[in-house]
Amino acid sequence: MDIIEFFGYGFIQRALIAGSFIALLCSTLGVLLVLRRLSLIGDGLAHVTFGSVALGLVFRVYPLALSIPVVVASSLGILKLTERARIYGDAAIGMVSSLGIAAGVLLASVAGGFNVDLFGYLFGNILAVSEAEVVTAIALSLLVLLIVYFYFHEIFSITFDEEFAKASGINTARINAILVMLTGVTVVLTMKVVGIMLTSALLILPAVTSFQVARSFRSTIIIAAVFSLLSVISGIFLAFVLNLPAGASIVLLNFLFFIAAFAWRNLRGKRNSS
Amino acid sequence: MPLGILSVDRLCIEYNALEVLSDLSFDVQPGDYVGLVGPNGSGKSTLIKSFLGLIRPSKGSVSVFGSCPAELKEWRRIGYLPQKMPSFNPHFPSTVREIVALGLLAGKCFPKRLKKSDAAAVDRVLELMNITGLADTLIGDLSGGQQQRVFIARALINEPELLILDEPTTALDPETRESFFGLLRDLNREKNTTVLLVTHDLGTIGEYATKLLYIDKKIIFYGSFEDFCVSDSMAQYFGTSSQHIICHKHH
Repeated sequence: MDIIEFFGYGFIQRALIAGSFIALLCSTLGVLLVLRRLSLIGDGLAHVTFGSVALGLVFRVYPLALSIPVVVASSLGILKLTERARIYGDAAIGMVSSLGIAAGVLLASVAGGFNVDLFGYLFGNILAVSEAEVVTAIALSLLVLLIVYFYFHEIFSITFDEEFAKASGINTARINAILVMLTGVTVVLTMKVVGIMLTSALLILPAVTSFQVARSFRSTIIIAAVFSLLSVISGIFLAFVLNLPAGASIVLLNFLFFIAAFAWRNLRGKRNSS
Repeated sequence: MPLGILSVDRLCIEYNALEVLSDLSFDVQPGDYVGLVGPNGSGKSTLIKSFLGLIRPSKGSVSVFGSCPAELKEWRRIGYLPQKMPSFNPHFPSTVREIVALGLLAGKCFPKRLKKSDAAAVDRVLELMNITGLADTLIGDLSGGQQQRVFIARALINEPELLILDEPTTALDPETRESFFGLLRDLNREKNTTVLLVTHDLGTIGEYATKLLYIDKKIIFYGSFEDFCVSDSMAQYFGTSSQHIICHKHH
């Protein structure tokens, strides 16, 4: 099969377009979340997505439409729990996460057990993305990236030193709320690419790979985006050619990129010290 | 007396019903160089956090440049150097230049963007702190003293009228420490910058500051060093020899 044939399929084009936008989104937010030690918020919110998808399937509502408000509200819930209930972020994420899973299992049970639809959301299938989903992914990705662009320096300042940011007149409560809400939207979109179970990988892996090689904050964001795009595009290609699950291929490629970047950094360190 | 650059009126701060600061009232005038001193747990950091709106008073009020901190718009008039961050990530992928530039956000409206002309301000303050050569180095690759100079540069970048420094010299070597205090003295004398310096080093603060604010949950002493050094009540509080140690470096 030649490369022109690969790009000629409509479903491949849709997968590549939607996957690329979501990859950019995940890598950008992933860098900010990992640096703020909120890496697992993606995992927690993905579990909430599981509950909201089950809710959608039970009531025959389009799961994506239902998931976005539910997950965004849950992301704000995590934030409020950490601020008001005197508990650390990881505990708040764990609480909301288990609540999402419990709700999902309960709803699936009420609806007559797990079905194929729910399984598809758990492990994703970017190759089956519809035109409407591509348009939704592009629109929401552009919206999230635009918001990140306008608040970029404030988010950067809070990420580095929240106390100093607040003393610079930055409304840290508002920026934190924006960041977690954007994460909620991103997690819902990512569900289609790698599935609920692997969402946090797409947030964490490009970021930690970039940390191995980047030499500034700006380059960290750019390099993470490059690795994220590469993994999604090559993952879709591999999945198609070798008949593998796309989500798992994307995540494993991301992990290989991390290993390569880690090895390169160590080699460079040894060369510099000798 | 003119309105203080910083006014504190009957300030009380409580944590979990435990009083950390009790009934503090004082004014800091433009051009003052105040050494804020007290034992561990005396409420020094809590007090300056209340000036910056990081902690809300339980009772009383704080006014900075005539506004309560929650309503203050002109944050660029304040330079702040926090105590070493407990959650500082030494692997944070950011250069010295990027971190120093964050200080400029205080003077910007939404959307807070850094312009090309801001690079000149960054270069100027890097030169002032003698860290130009480190501009493109990652913050985690620097020594503790170098990192502290970066944070001082970030606090100075807007040429603030009020500098609030929380134990700024802890990680500095003696030479850098001396030059830093020299820089503060010049800013205070030549540019009339008001300095509020938190320290627990009572032995040397008299060498630099013109006023002493000694607290231990409440104000023990606030006034000029001259007054402190001849105060009988302070001699009684600290003991004559301790008072002498505090005063011997003040000229």
